[in-house]
Amino acid sequence: MGPAAVPEGTGRHPDLLRLLTCGSVDDGKSTLIGRLLHDSRQLHDDRLAAVYKESALAGHAGGHLDLALLADGLMAEREQGITIDVAYLYFSTPERSFIIADTPGHEQYTRNMATGASTADLAVILVDAVRGVTTQTRRHSSIAGLMGVSAAVVAVNKMDLAGYDETRFRSIAAEVSAMAGALGLAEPVCIPVSALHGDGVVEPGANMSWYDGPCLLDHLEHVDAAGHPPAGASGLVGGRLRLPVQLVLRPDHRFRGFAGTVCEGTVRAGDRVRVEPSGRTTAIERIVTFDGDLEEAGTGRAVVVTTSDEIDIGRGDVIVDLAYPPQRGRRVTATVVWMSQADLVVGSEYLLAQGGQTMNCRVSEVLGRLDVDTLESVPADAVRLNDIATLTVRTDTELIFDPYTQNRTTGSFILIDRASNATVAAGMIEAAAPAAAWEAVPGPTLERQRSSITSAERAQRLGQRPVTLLLTGLTGAGKSTIASALERELFERGCTTVRLDGENMRLGVSRDLGFSSRDRSENVRRTAELARLVNDQGLIAIAALVAPSAAVRERARELIGPDRFVEVFLDPPLEVCRSRDHAGLYEAADRGEIRQFPGVSAPYDKPADADLVLDTSRLDVDACVRAILAWLEAGRFIPAGGTSEA
Amino acid sequence: MTRPTRSVPEAAAASRPRRGARAGPSGSGAPAGPSRGRLQQLEDESVHIIREVVAQFRNPVMLYSIGKDSSVMLHLARKAFHPGPIPFPLLHVDTTWKFREMISFRDRMAREVGFELLVHTNSDGVAAQVNPFDHGSLHYTDVMKTQALKQALEAGRYDAAFGGARRDEEPSRAKERVFSFRDRNHRWDPKNQRPELWNHYNGRVAPGESIRVFPLSNWTELDVWHYIAAEHIEVVPLYLAAPRPVVERDGTLLMVDDERFRFEAGEQPEMRSVRFRTLGCYPLTGAVESRAATLDDVIAEMARASRSEREGRVIDHDRSGSMEQKKREGYF
Repeated sequence: MGPAAVPEGTGRHPDLLRLLTCGSVDDGKSTLIGRLLHDSRQLHDDRLAAVYKESALAGHAGGHLDLALLADGLMAEREQGITIDVAYLYFSTPERSFIIADTPGHEQYTRNMATGASTADLAVILVDAVRGVTTQTRRHSSIAGLMGVSAAVVAVNKMDLAGYDETRFRSIAAEVSAMAGALGLAEPVCIPVSALHGDGVVEPGANMSWYDGPCLLDHLEHVDAAGHPPAGASGLVGGRLRLPVQLVLRPDHRFRGFAGTVCEGTVRAGDRVRVEPSGRTTAIERIVTFDGDLEEAGTGRAVVVTTSDEIDIGRGDVIVDLAYPPQRGRRVTATVVWMSQADLVVGSEYLLAQGGQTMNCRVSEVLGRLDVDTLESVPADAVRLNDIATLTVRTDTELIFDPYTQNRTTGSFILIDRASNATVAAGMIEAAAPAAAWEAVPGPTLERQRSSITSAERAQRLGQRPVTLLLTGLTGAGKSTIASALERELFERGCTTVRLDGENMRLGVSRDLGFSSRDRSENVRRTAELARLVNDQGLIAIAALVAPSAAVRERARELIGPDRFVEVFLDPPLEVCRSRDHAGLYEAADRGEIRQFPGVSAPYDKPADADLVLDTSRLDVDACVRAILAWLEAGRFIPAGGTSEA
Repeated sequence: MTRPTRSVPEAAAASRPRRGARAGPSGSGAPAGPSRGRLQQLEDESVHIIREVVAQFRNPVMLYSIGKDSSVMLHLARKAFHPGPIPFPLLHVDTTWKFREMISFRDRMAREVGFELLVHTNSDGVAAQVNPFDHGSLHYTDVMKTQALKQALEAGRYDAAFGGARRDEEPSRAKERVFSFRDRNHRWDPKNQRPELWNHYNGRVAPGESIRVFPLSNWTELDVWHYIAAEHIEVVPLYLAAPRPVVERDGTLLMVDDERFRFEAGEQPEMRSVRFRTLGCYPLTGAVESRAATLDDVIAEMARASRSEREGRVIDHDRSGSMEQKKREGYF
């Protein structure tokens, strides 16, 4: 995760640098920021006086001027001595102006760091000189890289507590370098500082004469924030044209202009362009601004353009160059940072917003979650607050996009909860997702071969109407046992059935599948396709599958046809399922040897409106079979008749 | 960044001031400001935000305080929709205690720029004769500003309201969002704000809820002055030093703007060369002694400034954390 990508889309000029500061409460991050503000003489006397006063009252700096108070704004966190959100702070030197996004280092860090990083050019990562590189340093570096902040500086703070020791600093710098290499990030610059005493921040100080590199501020003033195209004298930057349309301006019948901010490349009067998603081409006629027309406008400019043809362009469209079209599609894989207290639920619908593009979407699967300690992707079904996960997202209209590594604006999106309107996730698009087999479209030349035997003829011969029974429930619920008894009973009555048992499926048709949510979904699809074929021959299908996802069961119902699909939910208490498990699957799942086991480490969506619900801990096998038969008789799938009293 | 060729001279002329405070030519006394690149970036970002609001909301309004930040915001709104008009009204909450020069400036700008101006005053407060002298700044501000603003926003059923606040003004604003969510009672909950990522703003609200939008979030006070100078934006002359009648009270210089001013025992107005760093209600707004009579002088003075901008506001000194408290109550 987190290659040192160089996304476009937030082109900056060297005189304004957006910084992200990351580190924990204990690393002295707020103090470092306060020191930058203080020593670069950005503080007004009255605010400084207030800080002196508050240092005495509430300060935590043990008698020193508590510079952290400059960075920490809200009352609550002043009282707690921690930072609770992203604070934006501003300072400038004759060389450069800076916007600092200060993000907290405690439990909400992922969400806040991602927010601050989304607009940052450079990350300042704090390392405590005494503690050295920690898991948290790796997390911060990794998240910054993931968010496309490719340039980083590591401030090795609290050098005073490490005796301003050169050897200590060198060994931490070596650790940082090794970590960056392992994470695939660009090598950060390491600078030794003492935020509390000021050494190495703005002035070198007298304690580290062995260090001959730049002070932190000196470095920030002159660093070329890689990841952003340098602006030439003309402001011309390279790259492909991406101009997302925000708004159509139509003040009178003579003028129709398209307002938007160029997020990559340069728009030029006279250039031919393509408008996505319509694909229509036209030429840019004028670039209209309040200060007069422009010949061209580069990355970051908010402009209004007119076109030479009267083509339909609206909010959410993207004006692009002819040579490098963006991607488009209804399925993308994306890495998201989950920002809501409510967990992500697979199958849930959200609004996806990317500038003017807003559409409904459904999270169709969770491909994995980033373990922030090991920085490895691990299987997961649930995604919680502050998790970083890779998802497949399916949208109801085509999304125009670029991979995030290529463009931060057209490569990103937010997810919005449709009920609360809260922003629940930040997404970075990796690629268009291959369609799941459910959505695969057969070749256009294929044609369905029809049988000359009608379903009425089959029903008359077989004395039954076709139906698919899905027996769903947890492992140990009794699916196979009841399927077996039901099959026998129907056979005795002269009915013709095909039994599709999940285990048998996996021994043959689905032998290539594992147990991820994606593979479970595919196993259900194959079973449903077989059941449909079986039903088409007039036969009764008995499918016994865990089928834990309600959304997937619903798709099976649609595929087979709602009027010939019966959902039978076998619902004994979980303890009963466990007690029947002679193969020891639950215990293996408890020990983590089997992953994503429904009922233990993966969810089982209980059917909300099953046709039949049978508690197999209270009903014996015969009773369950009788209940199902009664249901089939009532639905006239099988003739009413004497139940064999075997 | 290439500067535009002026192929639309009328538009360029319209943006120049006619009266009031004027930007002088870049004097040698003024320090080198931020390059045009930075101001251009800030302008582009703000224009993007203003357009986004018009695209996303049904019924936006711009709060117009007549101050320098409002003047910049108004200028940006004109830029955002050029060559069309500003597609929303500007709302001024008039406490009846504003400087007289502010009111005449407001009315003239509305005429000259041609925007729709709405003025609201809390008539209950007027009837109860609520004033800053008898009722204290807290109660007065609550009735004539906070309550008045709520009344006006509810009457207009606005789902978005632009404000000119900047994050660098005051520590509690450093964490304010660009799109700041307010519940049905216009309350701001600092712990329940939407994360803002990239430039994808989430402006979705349920009926009765609203968003306060701060297009100048990333501007600093100095950026505002540099931009005013560079763009020749007209501001109320009170920002420039001139001899004005003031009294000094508890270390604050108050201007005697009309006959309603209440003198305390022994107070006599005296003429001093003063200017204002912020404008509000004259009995609650402190002046600073200054000889900065041009924008360049102001910018040069700013560079040497040792007092932050809100210091002249009596309201911020009521108690520690007072601005955060007021925001929770719905103050802008």
